[in-house]
Amino acid sequence: MKLQTATRLGLYATLELARDPAQTLSSADLADRFGVSTHHLAKVLRTLSTAGLVQAERGASGGYRFTGNRRRITLMDVVALFEPVPGNRAKEPGEDTEIGGALQRVLTEIDEIAEATLRSVSLETMLTKG
Amino acid sequence: MVAVRPAQASDLPAISALDARLTGTCKPEYWRERLAPGLHFLVAETGKGAFAGFIAGEVRAWEFGQPPAGWVFAIQIDPKLRLKGAGSALFEALVARFKAEGVTRVRTLVDRKDHLILSFFRAQGMVAGPSLQLDKELP
Repeated sequence: MKLQTATRLGLYATLELARDPAQTLSSADLADRFGVSTHHLAKVLRTLSTAGLVQAERGASGGYRFTGNRRRITLMDVVALFEPVPGNRAKEPGEDTEIGGALQRVLTEIDEIAEATLRSVSLETMLTKG
Repeated sequence: MVAVRPAQASDLPAISALDARLTGTCKPEYWRERLAPGLHFLVAETGKGAFAGFIAGEVRAWEFGQPPAGWVFAIQIDPKLRLKGAGSALFEALVARFKAEGVTRVRTLVDRKDHLILSFFRAQGMVAGPSLQLDKELP
């Protein structure tokens, strides 16, 4: 399964911040840690902040802090901020044909398994079971 | 504080009622059969002795060509008593029994739309196994 870059960065940032909810990290700190673009990560952090998963802290030691519930938030909650929700997509051309319908049933099966996996793994599970 | 002990015939009404309430299917005979020797059927009680839930499983060898493994067939916790460690205590107690029987792997099957129970097993460290369950409706 290939995740878009923003999704991967969103998961990296959420998990890193959730590791210790007391810590505040700037987008530069996080970008350094994962070797990714600060600019791209800053945009991702704004999305996470709007969703209420992290909170921006002002001041000299400003940055982001995790404000969600590690046991309740799943990987899917983060993925859904950046990727289309599986099953919630526009109809593709050809889908009404017999072959298109058969192909779609296989793709839906894959989506359902991916969704079940992402929805069942909480941040807590990720951080404690590695 | 949760205590785990083997299920007894006197627990069957509570087990059957909780399962029927949560699954919508009443199957008292199935639960009675789980009391047979060699199977593992455990209940959890709160510190005050109230019935909190149950777990059922057994070690099976060569199912689907796989070497012996402990299978978890069912786990149910009273919704009012969830998030107090009863599920984890039952799972750990069952796993300890499996290990005592010499197996090193635990398996289960979960409805992929039941994210609650999927999350529970994930939190116990379980991940997708090597098999895929396939299904077909017979005409």
